[in-house]
Amino acid sequence: MKQWLNQHQQALQIVLTRMRHNLLATLLMFCVMGVTLCLPGILYVIVDNLNRLAGDIKGEPQISLFLKQDIKADTINDLDKKLSLHAAVKTYRFVSKDTAWQDLQATSGTAEITHNLEKNPLPDAYFVTPRNLEPVAIEALQQEMQQWSGVEIAQADANWVKRLYAMLELGKKAILALVLLLGFALIAIIGNTIRLQILTQREEIEVSRLIGATDRFIRRPFLYAGAIYGLGGGLAATLFLASVITLFNSSVTEIAASYGSNFHLALPSLATSLIMIASALSLGWIGSYIAVGRSLSKLN
Amino acid sequence: MIRFDQVSKRYPGSHEALKGVSFELQQGEMVFVLGHSGAGKSTLLKLIAGIERPTSGTVLINNQNVSKLRPAALPYLRRKFGLVFQDHKLLYDRNCFENVALPLYINGVTGSEAGKRIRAALDKVGLLGKEKAMPITLSGGEQQRLAIARAVVSRPSVLIADEPTGNLDENYATEIMGIFDAFRQVGVSVIIATHNLHDTGDARVLRLNQGQLLSAEEGALPA
Repeated sequence: MKQWLNQHQQALQIVLTRMRHNLLATLLMFCVMGVTLCLPGILYVIVDNLNRLAGDIKGEPQISLFLKQDIKADTINDLDKKLSLHAAVKTYRFVSKDTAWQDLQATSGTAEITHNLEKNPLPDAYFVTPRNLEPVAIEALQQEMQQWSGVEIAQADANWVKRLYAMLELGKKAILALVLLLGFALIAIIGNTIRLQILTQREEIEVSRLIGATDRFIRRPFLYAGAIYGLGGGLAATLFLASVITLFNSSVTEIAASYGSNFHLALPSLATSLIMIASALSLGWIGSYIAVGRSLSKLN
Repeated sequence: MIRFDQVSKRYPGSHEALKGVSFELQQGEMVFVLGHSGAGKSTLLKLIAGIERPTSGTVLINNQNVSKLRPAALPYLRRKFGLVFQDHKLLYDRNCFENVALPLYINGVTGSEAGKRIRAALDKVGLLGKEKAMPITLSGGEQQRLAIARAVVSRPSVLIADEPTGNLDENYATEIMGIFDAFRQVGVSVIIATHNLHDTGDARVLRLNQGQLLSAEEGALPA
């Protein structure tokens, strides 16, 4: 056990000494990895924040029927009957102009605007949830309702929400693709760096083998080197990502404030950062393992 | 301790380097492998140290058949031997101390225990004052002695040297042979390949010619 620890400590020491001797090259390597990892990181932050923003919006598609301002109570009753009998309507909900007005006044941020208005500009409205949620069916229903008397505007307001969700889904897939591609790139970068290091230490490896070094002994320092490159890259990426977000945040909060929102970009959580660092470390280890394995079998 | 039984070795695309060689060596023996270059001396040493495997025949080391060993077990076999190579194979990017440290590190010996043994090995070959020197600054004889220090630092039971005096003038050569003899006297088996008959003294000689063993005469061990 003590010997085992000794060997690991010794391998780590060798690697750290080598890295200290080539400090500039090592730091550059960290930067390369950091920037590479940072790209999907930034995309993740964007999608994650949009997701947060979209979370407040109900995903259920709805058709809003805004009624004419001068509508009569009879017409409203007619509409109510039509909706309750309509086969394509699942549920519907009536919101009178007075209720809507009170709601709007209660909403923070808009109180100032509503205060300045002399009378209620809002119409009566129905909010209809269709039975069939296919975009085509919703559009057909919306066009039919547009023709009904007393209806000023029939609006299928679900489409943009759906599009947003579709785009978020696309964003997640883009992250996945980017992570896979760049992960592959990282393995290649680290693998190549390790391969070059093996070449410069070829003599040492050959002599070590002749005097009884196991493959594991030879592999160990290179695996540590790969893992350390990954660790450094992961830390650099976290640092870069935090800086980029902080830089963006001052502008984002300004824009959001002009919309009366206190939205800001959230820094990646501790768990996200740890996952990023851990995966960078494993990628470094894997890249190094592949490179050493190939070189060792070539030397054989 | 070391037994060759009808051992042949053929390198791919080449003639047979060794043909049907049989002999046996006892623990603590000093043996010279004598022959012209190309006679198969290096191949013989490589077969003993488990660096090469025989094409046919059996090589037994401590009653273990080398051909039947798993590749993963070979490194542990090699650790039983201290190897001195024809071209030293010193590492020129580190100082003498670190060169000698390599076999100990491979065996997992580090720290003050390693330091003690490294200095002892350097002392035995007369290089104690040069532990911080880089190998490139040493003379040919000193480099060879450094290689011997590296070979003996992990206290192997067998010392194998391939043409250890090949590139040295006579004074240095005598000195090196004296060092080997000192190890023999403390019970280490010593196997030395050489093309120079004068080196052998009255020790046992394995005479090789074109891959064949001409004689395995028993000589009286030098006093």
